[in-house]
Amino acid sequence: MRDIVFWMAVALIFLLGVLATKTYDNEFFFFAGYAVLQATIMAVAWNILGGFTGYVNFGSAGFFAIGAYTSVALHKALEPSMLVLLLVAALLGGLVGLGTGYLTLRLRGVYFAIATLAMAIVFETFVTNWQYVGGATGAYILTPETVLFFDSYIEFLFALMLFLALGAVAIARHLQISRIGKGLAAVRDDEIAAECTGVPTLRLKLVSTTTMGALMAVAGVPYPFFVTYVDPLSAFNLVIAVNAIAMPMIGGTAIWYGPVVGALLLGSIQEIATVTISSEVNVLIVGVLLVTFIMVAPQGIVGLIRDCWRRRHKRG
Amino acid sequence: MAERILEVDGLSKRFGGFVALDAVSLHLGEGERLGLIGPNGSGKTTMINCISGALKSDGGAVIFKGRDVTRLPAYRRVRLGITRSFQIPRPFRSMSVIENLRIPLEYARRDRPHGGQVQEEARAILELVGFQDRANESSADLTQVDLRKLELARALAARPALLVADEAMAGLSSAEVDDILAILFRLNERGVAVIMIEHIMRAVMRFSERVVVLDAGQKIAEGTPDQVINDPAVERAYLGE
Amino acid sequence: MELFLNAIVSGLLLGGFYAAVALGLAIAFGQLDIVNIAHPAFVIVGSYVAYMVNSRIGLDPVLIGLLFAPVFFVVGGAIYRVYYASFERTGQEALSGLAFFFGLMFIIEVLLIMIYGVDYRLVAAPYIGSTWRFGPIAVPLRMLVPFVTALVMTAGVYLYLSNTFTGRAILAVSQDRLALRLMGADPIKIKQLAFGLSIATAALAGALLIIIGPVEPSMNRQYIGRVFAIVVLGGMGSIGGTLVAALILGVAESFVATFYGPSWAPAVAFGILLITLALRPQGLFGRY
Repeated sequence: MRDIVFWMAVALIFLLGVLATKTYDNEFFFFAGYAVLQATIMAVAWNILGGFTGYVNFGSAGFFAIGAYTSVALHKALEPSMLVLLLVAALLGGLVGLGTGYLTLRLRGVYFAIATLAMAIVFETFVTNWQYVGGATGAYILTPETVLFFDSYIEFLFALMLFLALGAVAIARHLQISRIGKGLAAVRDDEIAAECTGVPTLRLKLVSTTTMGALMAVAGVPYPFFVTYVDPLSAFNLVIAVNAIAMPMIGGTAIWYGPVVGALLLGSIQEIATVTISSEVNVLIVGVLLVTFIMVAPQGIVGLIRDCWRRRHKRG
Repeated sequence: MAERILEVDGLSKRFGGFVALDAVSLHLGEGERLGLIGPNGSGKTTMINCISGALKSDGGAVIFKGRDVTRLPAYRRVRLGITRSFQIPRPFRSMSVIENLRIPLEYARRDRPHGGQVQEEARAILELVGFQDRANESSADLTQVDLRKLELARALAARPALLVADEAMAGLSSAEVDDILAILFRLNERGVAVIMIEHIMRAVMRFSERVVVLDAGQKIAEGTPDQVINDPAVERAYLGE
Repeated sequence: MELFLNAIVSGLLLGGFYAAVALGLAIAFGQLDIVNIAHPAFVIVGSYVAYMVNSRIGLDPVLIGLLFAPVFFVVGGAIYRVYYASFERTGQEALSGLAFFFGLMFIIEVLLIMIYGVDYRLVAAPYIGSTWRFGPIAVPLRMLVPFVTALVMTAGVYLYLSNTFTGRAILAVSQDRLALRLMGADPIKIKQLAFGLSIATAALAGALLIIIGPVEPSMNRQYIGRVFAIVVLGGMGSIGGTLVAALILGVAESFVATFYGPSWAPAVAFGILLITLALRPQGLFGRY
């Protein structure tokens, strides 16, 4: 996809989204849309590391919570603008990603995966004991009554998330088609061979973990304003972590739009299933789909489609 | 007398209690062809892992073009001009043949080629190994001998001053061995010094200007191919007492 | 002083039990290189099995664990077959294998919640509730019984691995598959047996867990950190190392809980894990 086509599509989608907030009145659409967009950012961010390098992050909820609790803590102290919250969270998330990576990426991939889990649990323990942000009982955030340009706060949050999601996708795409992306693909294919062909593997992996950490934290920043009540149980929710892995793996990890496909599909299914069946069954479906896809179609939906395409073209 | 580009000085490496290399020294001149032989387990692969940076040595030094590279990570050594091919080929399986070459072209060179130059250079290297018509084939489907050629092509793309070829001909047919040998000679003609690790004696004899023999982590002989092959110590090492 | 002594004793008792939980992972991860992060989830399943049978017919939990170990063994073997066919054969273990066990862990937890709800469950046994006292030191029997059982389990597995043909084949398979083939053993079957053994230990460990205290489905996640910390600290593949590391972790957690508060306990395991990985990744008794 050429650059100009991509950016035009991005602009169009954003305009359509903003237009929807003006014309549509159904609040459920924006609530569901927010959830799907949040999942999209998490999935795209996860894939920057998992899909591009093959290193698994089990602690996505931890990075998400860094963003959420940055919001809670800073809002309580200073009530800064959303932009400031986003920047601070991105910085913190990026640093934690960098730190976790630096400590463990020189070891095998499995130790990095466990370290991410460790980070999430340690951070959860820390937050549970931190009274300033509510500890185990949680904290309330009051959202403003009115907001510039939009009719309701939820519409503003939806538009914000749309903007952030498109940004995340643009970053992932840029990373993949750049020289760094090629290096990352070499790392994923064969790290030792990559190192011996001049690729600075550790440095590239750290770029991935830092970017992933920053984006995941950004995804968590508007969350307290969305739910108005935040506690460790919901912020560090295991479902967030599973979705962050399942959506890219089901959508397809090899290319930047795979996680988007996975997030839109799976996210929509979940939103519908939660209200029609039950939230447990919905979550069980995600787990079962994840395991099934890993075993049967590890290249994901996008990968399957591309394989079909390739086979058709070979015959022709 | 050509410049020495590689000095390995008293290199040692231990794995737990096992001594893989015991203060081994060797040197290599610019554009020289060195054969490194020895029975299985003598430390040849460990030696080149330490030279290329895949392993950190426990003692001694590796000096390349006058610079101490002993503590440098592998990718930095590649950029300085040391490359290696792997005994069991390690292609980037998700990439085509030519994409495999783009990686070293984009990363291993100090003078990084830009834009269209990359494609040109890649094609030139493909010609050297006879792959000019196979640029877009998937690397995952190649035959053994083709994988070896790709390994060498990838190593060449880094514009090395030194190539270590780790058993590039193992398991190949006689004709295939000649094929690979021809490529190595072509490489050497361009000024690349080559350390060849091989068990196929006729290849070593034909190719090497000088041979070093390792056994149980120590250097036991060094000289011209003829000198080494007639050395009783070498015979003992291979055949036992 | 009394507090200090009791902290040590309860730490040791807890640590011994932790060894039982980590034993399965020491085999799976330490020796077979299978990153089964769902192992604690299987342990919780073992707890619920013990709960079910104990609440119906009142059988002693340890007995239940022993009875169901063969069932878990078969299940473990089947899971390995699937794992091998899907990932090991194609060399995909790194990313897909990890995600597979993560998905499995998740499915197990959600199923348990759906069937049993999030309430705590416990078992009844004559020794639960009594405490032996040695001067100032209190030894609750609900900790002592699991401790002793865990020691016996660990000794049993250690002896099996070092003295029987199949046991030694398991130790060999991680190091040299070709040599194993030449000895007439099929590496796949051996690994299947080993992984089955690994899951079988979860049956008994789960029974021990629910003796110590009430159990609910999300507890498996607290143990992920603990078991990996133990296996890594002990040194990959070393059964004796697993026991030592488990005792160390138990005492460390006990001290932190006693002097800083129990809500900090989960962080201890991961702290130990991260420090070990940073300073001595091969663990205390690891091979290299």
